[in-house]
Amino acid sequence: MNQPSSYIPILIQIAVAVGFVTIALGLSHLLGPKRKTTNKDENFECGIEIQGDARFPVSVKYFLSAILFVLFDVEVIFFYPYAVNFKEMGWEGFLAVSTFIGFFLAGFIYVWKKGALEWEK
Amino acid sequence: MDAALLIEKSVFVLILTAITLGMAAYMTYGERKIAAFFQDRIGPDRAGPFGVLQPLADAGKLFFKEELIPKNSERWMFILGPGLAMVTACITSAVIPWGDTLPIGDRLVSLQVADINIGVLYIVGIVSIGVYGIMIGGWASNNKYSLFGAIRASAQMISYELSMGLALIAVIMMSGTLSLKEIVEQQQGLNWNIWYQPLGFIIFFTCALAECNRAPFDMAECETELIGGYNVEYSSMKLGFYLFAEYINMFVSSALMATVYLGGYNFPGLDLIANPTLLAVAQIAVMFAKVIFFIFVFMWIRWTLPRFRYDQLMHLGWKGLIPLAIVNMLLTGAVMLFLA
Repeated sequence: MNQPSSYIPILIQIAVAVGFVTIALGLSHLLGPKRKTTNKDENFECGIEIQGDARFPVSVKYFLSAILFVLFDVEVIFFYPYAVNFKEMGWEGFLAVSTFIGFFLAGFIYVWKKGALEWEK
Repeated sequence: MDAALLIEKSVFVLILTAITLGMAAYMTYGERKIAAFFQDRIGPDRAGPFGVLQPLADAGKLFFKEELIPKNSERWMFILGPGLAMVTACITSAVIPWGDTLPIGDRLVSLQVADINIGVLYIVGIVSIGVYGIMIGGWASNNKYSLFGAIRASAQMISYELSMGLALIAVIMMSGTLSLKEIVEQQQGLNWNIWYQPLGFIIFFTCALAECNRAPFDMAECETELIGGYNVEYSSMKLGFYLFAEYINMFVSSALMATVYLGGYNFPGLDLIANPTLLAVAQIAVMFAKVIFFIFVFMWIRWTLPRFRYDQLMHLGWKGLIPLAIVNMLLTGAVMLFLA
């Protein structure tokens, strides 16, 4: 069960999925009509002439959530090995992890109080 | 791994992929029929009796549509986006057990593609890659609406992934394993995890709605503001892949919820069946009944609840579900240690 060979079926499934996607995209490319015109190849912008392109800075909030996600997701991943061994570790392990959760929450409350989770303004 | 097992697995993967695609196709039909029922309409009824051939007609149409690639988009990224979304959607189901074993001749065929001991982590990992499909497609289109749709969708999906991971931890503390097969086997009869983890289940279900970009969290495709969201510029099969991927994700997350919280293929009385073939069929039927029930709930919610506003969505994810999931996890730990 823990051998590398138990991952082979997953590789088969990935191969099947990639194969299906490639064939379907290829087929639709071959079967569809191709009538290119200058206006058709423009980007869509509600029927008006396009103003510039979509390579502009977006609100920093999105990047902030992405960075916070990375921080907290790493901490969440640390809980998994503990959760698997939870029963063997008993109260001692629970107290140790509670300390870790305390640090997690301290960071979380700091971010909250700093206003990084506000979206209205 | 011997050749016979390899062939067995390949055939099983092909059947599973075919069933997944078929389910996704008929979920579009189900969604339209359910929407019609909720809105007192008839819904699709032209292709075949009661319109049952409608999904085939739609798929056929998508193949014969003109393929548009805007001239100032990033051509290869534009193609990669929907492809990646579809591939990640199709491979998530690899670790879900659809039944125990099915005897064929003198072989016992396992009804699971791969019973790996990190099943839960595998699913969480693949779901994270799914974000790239949407982000790459939306950015590569070089269209303002698709950029906004993609950025919104990615921020939403990563935010809800946190609470999803935390909700799963409480279940893993109870089961002591990351293998989905073992999690199912611990839930014999009616001994389902949902009775011990009701709060965790609600958190997980909410996150599943957000991860699949389903209403009331379908901010990525908010027609009123963004026309169509990240897929505005797409046509033909590439558009089809984005829509299909959403339905496949719904199917797989329903299967995951059934596995983790509703006992997977377990149902009281199933151990009375002595014939192993019949037992396997009954297990698959039970599993699919649970999956279809969840899919119906997803659709029921979509046609009942209005859409959230973006700031409400992020508040619910960060300030509501994450603290709640941590409390749930600590409570689970403390109660289990007191009872031990």
